[in-house]
Amino acid sequence: MSTLNPAGWRPEMTSGEAGAGGVPATFTGNRALMLEEPLIFEIGTRETTGVDFDEVAEDFDLGPLTRSAPIGLAGLSESETVRHYTRLSRQNYAIDLGLFPLGSCTMKHNPRLNEKVARMAGFGDVHPLQPQETVQGALAVIHELADWLVKLTGMASVAMSPKAGAHGELCGILCIKAALEARGEDRRVLLVPESAHGTNPATAAFAGFTVEGIPATSEGRVDSDALIARLGPDVAGVMITNPNTCGLFERDMKKISDAVHAAGGYVYCDGANFNAIVGRVRPGDLGVDAMHINLHKTFSTPHGGGGPGSGPVVLSAALAPYAPLPVVKPVDGKLRLVEEENAADHQPDSFGRMTAFHGQMGMFTRALTYILSHGSDGLRQVAEDAVLNANYVLRSLDDVLEAPFGASGPCMHEALFSDRGLADGFSTNDIAKGLIDEGYHPMTVYFPLVVHGAMLVEPTETESLDVLDQFIGALRSLAIRAKQGDEALKTAPHFAPRARLDETLAARKPVLSWQGE
Amino acid sequence: MRYLPLTPDDRTKMLAKIGAASIDDLFVDVPAEARLNGPIADLPAHASELAVERHMAALARQNRAAGDGPFFLGAGAYRHHVPASVDHLIQRGEFLTAYTPYQPEIAQGTLQMLFEFQTQVARLFGMDVANASMYDGSTACWEAVVMARRITKRNKALFSNGVHPHYRSVARTMAHYTGDVVVDSDPELNAASDWAELAASVDKDTSCVVVQYPDILGRIDDMTALSAACAQNGALLIAVVTEPVALGLIKSPGEMGADIVVGEGQSLGVGLQFGGPYVGLFACRQKYVRQMPGRLCGETVDANGKRGFVLTLSTREQHIRREKATSNICTNAGLCALAFSIHMTLLGEAGLRQLAAINHGRAKKAAAALAAVPNVTVLNSGYFNEFTIILPTDARSLVHRMAERGVLAGVSMGRLYPDNDALANGLVVAVTETVTEDDIAAFAKALTEELA
Repeated sequence: MSTLNPAGWRPEMTSGEAGAGGVPATFTGNRALMLEEPLIFEIGTRETTGVDFDEVAEDFDLGPLTRSAPIGLAGLSESETVRHYTRLSRQNYAIDLGLFPLGSCTMKHNPRLNEKVARMAGFGDVHPLQPQETVQGALAVIHELADWLVKLTGMASVAMSPKAGAHGELCGILCIKAALEARGEDRRVLLVPESAHGTNPATAAFAGFTVEGIPATSEGRVDSDALIARLGPDVAGVMITNPNTCGLFERDMKKISDAVHAAGGYVYCDGANFNAIVGRVRPGDLGVDAMHINLHKTFSTPHGGGGPGSGPVVLSAALAPYAPLPVVKPVDGKLRLVEEENAADHQPDSFGRMTAFHGQMGMFTRALTYILSHGSDGLRQVAEDAVLNANYVLRSLDDVLEAPFGASGPCMHEALFSDRGLADGFSTNDIAKGLIDEGYHPMTVYFPLVVHGAMLVEPTETESLDVLDQFIGALRSLAIRAKQGDEALKTAPHFAPRARLDETLAARKPVLSWQGE
Repeated sequence: MRYLPLTPDDRTKMLAKIGAASIDDLFVDVPAEARLNGPIADLPAHASELAVERHMAALARQNRAAGDGPFFLGAGAYRHHVPASVDHLIQRGEFLTAYTPYQPEIAQGTLQMLFEFQTQVARLFGMDVANASMYDGSTACWEAVVMARRITKRNKALFSNGVHPHYRSVARTMAHYTGDVVVDSDPELNAASDWAELAASVDKDTSCVVVQYPDILGRIDDMTALSAACAQNGALLIAVVTEPVALGLIKSPGEMGADIVVGEGQSLGVGLQFGGPYVGLFACRQKYVRQMPGRLCGETVDANGKRGFVLTLSTREQHIRREKATSNICTNAGLCALAFSIHMTLLGEAGLRQLAAINHGRAKKAAAALAAVPNVTVLNSGYFNEFTIILPTDARSLVHRMAERGVLAGVSMGRLYPDNDALANGLVVAVTETVTEDDIAAFAKALTEELA
């Protein structure tokens, strides 16, 4: 018996499912293509390395700063490394494997041309502080992408440097703070609808604002009367998601914007769901002052298992002067990065810097490649197909799952269901875990908070009708099983690399790193 | 449209199922005055893969790649050789096209990788715990300052003048709006750090002291005395590491008493990419774990008793706590963390030490060659793979002339500190394993000619 895994994932020959139902025992813990994999620290050693060097360096003595104690890092040869990560990768679900209908996350196909372009030496192997005459192509990418984003949104300008959606929110909120400061006003309150992403109130608080909630109407939209009634000299602005997290377009957006402006505030729009309206609606026409665009959602830069994201923020003329450094501007026929050294000439009212360097260039190249591939006509088709697919899912399932806002009109890019009508003791989570056994990643669950047991399904435009029909069939069967009280659902998934994991244990006794030597 | 599988016939069938006469009916909630009736004019239509690739390649060719000739830039982003297997593995679709591991039963690949990453980062920094990554080093640095405020209930942060100016700038921007106090200044062209002065300035109002190691001028120093001064006053010591490879050769901040260590992980696996995406590293002492920002992956067991991993302690995070969260961060830098972790696994402890020693050795050779150029002096007494030279002229214009000679010579202090004339003659030079002896000779020769 191997001692590779003292932590104990590897079943003993005599334990577990040995012999049960005629299934033979497993020595390795593996089952054909379902392969277990230890931690690198359990298979590597401190002496092993998978890298050969040009030379053998001498032992340097840097005095008392010389590192003498062991670090505790494990090394693997290249062959072992490739196998380790390949085996780990096979324990992940991914868009490349199938429909990934996480609502509000926009898991669409990631074109591989985008990856190829980002790796061209002229983009991938360029230092952010090279002399600007040696990076004109990189600046041109930023400039060209910025031009698209401005035109697609009907806004005055765009701040490109924010690193992700929440960072973009922070950028927009700081622009509002800077604009208020320039007006000599100290407005402390930001109004945030209850259905908002958690990042909205967190961002407002991170930037020092007080957050006040705005209720939703029974049809799943912001209560615009309540919002407008709350406006006043202490209100800096609003943060509204449009299309909203219930998958609906905020019909009153323009009315709200006008009222907020009349009361001296600014309108922040969470653009997480811009993919539903790109090419069909320009937020600038709705009175928006700032909106972040998740390049990893609308413009399909890969999600990578949780980042990197990229969150450029389009700005109205009122907020554009306060955009963070750096910005790219044409100066004397050449593209220039406006940084600290020339901000006084070109961006004098900037609120400052939000990050080192210039933003997520690797995401810019991918997003621009995606945008150029689709073009103005294709992007419009993207929104149309995304909305069509979502409505198809909504109307194909609203007889077996309650669609709380099904009567509120067409949905946008995502279809929202509740857990109403499931048998006692059965939950949204059971349906989600059942979907895993059917070969799908579950939809977003328990969000938005305004719907009980929410299931938010975003199919995206890159799924075919056949794939949608199969998914609909699977979800329909699960809804029926949950209504009938099929106990097997409660222990799903049965066929995933792991059964349900004990999250309470993980939080009660946190083990956040490998504890061995 | 190669990425859109629906056919016109599909669309017709689907509209019928929905009960809509046309696609426009699905956008009926958009006010009429805001509806666009056709593709936005003044923007081109869709294009073939070949055409797009041609366009982007033409733009790429307008940049000088670092690998095109002698290259000595650092200042927070370093050019290291990344083994081919790293880029291959991060392009596996199961990693590349997965989402945040919210459904752990089918995300063990990402979760186990993050657990390994957290372990690597914690050990490298000499800390107990690390999170699953942040956007980059500069934002991680500000998050550490905010965390110190939460822990100490004080709001004055003292920044060493050796902290990267962009990191300082991010902190100043944020502090302006949050009411925090950032005490900072530009460096002086001295061989010694300002840490002794900092130790003397820590007081009972100080939440944290932020130092960079190695610092922006490439200097290295012992933070033991400074950490003692912090501890005496109830302040936290935050160490910033922008070149993690250094820690293969020099002591970790944890060994010298740092409380929180943040860093930029770009050096390992990620590549230069004109500044992003990079990967922020964030580690701290165990007792502060519930005040950490960002995602954390933890070990647990599944219903069958098998070891598995989940995202945990999420009651700190925005999707649960909303305005009471420790940070507004949602995304981490998952794929870059993966690249970092794979590269670190390939190196292992022995490889990292060897790589660090090679970097230092090359840097020593370069420093010697440049010190031999007339009228050039090397500022540093100690350094890892980056040091500062003092020129007899403004370094900002010199780097442009050197670029014309084919040598990307370093980062001028004038680019980093445009308002500080006293620093104008400083040039920060980084020398990694990718720099050859010929590169060093070419740099020294071109510099000699420029200054002649």
